[in-house]
Amino acid sequence: MMPMEYLEVILLGLLVICGVCTCLSRNLLVSLVIFMAYSLIMSVVWALLMAPDLAVTEAAVGAGISSVLLFLTLKKIRDIREAAKHEKTE
Amino acid sequence: MKKPNNLRDWLSQWDAGAFNFTDMSFRLPRAQKPEAYTDRAWERELLPEIEQKELRAYQRLYPVLAALLCTVIIVFLLLTVAALPAFGSDSVPTINEVTRRYLEHGLSETGAVNAVAGMILDYRAFDTLGESHVLFTAVAAVLVLLLSAKERPEPRALADITRADPILRATARVIVPAAILYGIYVIFNGHLGPGGGFSGGAVIGGALILYAIAFGFEKLEKVLNLRIYRIVVACALCFYSAAKCYSFYCGANHLETIFRTGTPGAIFSAGLILPLNIAVGIVVACTMYGFYSLFQRGRI
Repeated sequence: MMPMEYLEVILLGLLVICGVCTCLSRNLLVSLVIFMAYSLIMSVVWALLMAPDLAVTEAAVGAGISSVLLFLTLKKIRDIREAAKHEKTE
Repeated sequence: MKKPNNLRDWLSQWDAGAFNFTDMSFRLPRAQKPEAYTDRAWERELLPEIEQKELRAYQRLYPVLAALLCTVIIVFLLLTVAALPAFGSDSVPTINEVTRRYLEHGLSETGAVNAVAGMILDYRAFDTLGESHVLFTAVAAVLVLLLSAKERPEPRALADITRADPILRATARVIVPAAILYGIYVIFNGHLGPGGGFSGGAVIGGALILYAIAFGFEKLEKVLNLRIYRIVVACALCFYSAAKCYSFYCGANHLETIFRTGTPGAIFSAGLILPLNIAVGIVVACTMYGFYSLFQRGRI
């Protein structure tokens, strides 16, 4: 195998690991960080598959913006939970 | 006492916020998992015996069914992959006269060195117009849902906590200009190399979000507020539609367009692709930042 093929196999293995860990992680924030890593690895894989257009988009949208939006959603869920707690104690 | 919201309680029973945004630290007690499951006081109080049993059975059944469903989907996807034709073989159904046309005549017909740009902004520009409008519609829906009419006090914003962080500020000071410049390069270079309006706009939008996280919304608000956002995005979409109307009209009637294809490889070439890339880039950058801003504090 060529050295690049080894790299591809390693990256694809990491993709599977990241995907499984995202599902199995109990903490949602950890899931999000792993999902971000998944997008980053995916963008490298796109570059290796000679799709640089997709690589740029994946890095910007997948690893950047969608993660930020998911973080904000997590914060909103937390706020709702706090409000629910507050309501219960009243 | 208000009527309890069972669904919300059940949702919040699962760990949703182990990350504490007030002091930016993980506050995850070791024994969190059993605690989340044993805290069922409200359940015992509020639900009748049968529903309690049902809920518990559901919670036990859910992971099994989820794993089963995942396995079935994985097996089917792997079978599909195994049935695909070999990479690059000429019997692939996607290699037909359309692909041949794009690859053989794309450069001379569109003037774009980057064949992908020639496809999405010339041959299939109508699709891209639809995509831009989908983005615009999405942000309009988010505006309707999240835009608060009255001026409310800033919520405990992420920016308030992160603004004090010297590492983040120093990093943002270096990265934001570079990222914006890179995004502009990707947009302007869309017809010559990989990239284009969507990816470049997403890069710029990400840079704007990073700036807002590090330095707060106040400075950005002078450059990009709701009024400017509306004007800029509407102008970009109208320009896109008008330009494509013109080229469809000319193309359908076999008229000469005033937009020449130019020398392939030059920055001012490929006819309408460069201005269309700029329009798409503006829409995408503003929309990405708008999403963040609306999610964060309810206005742009």
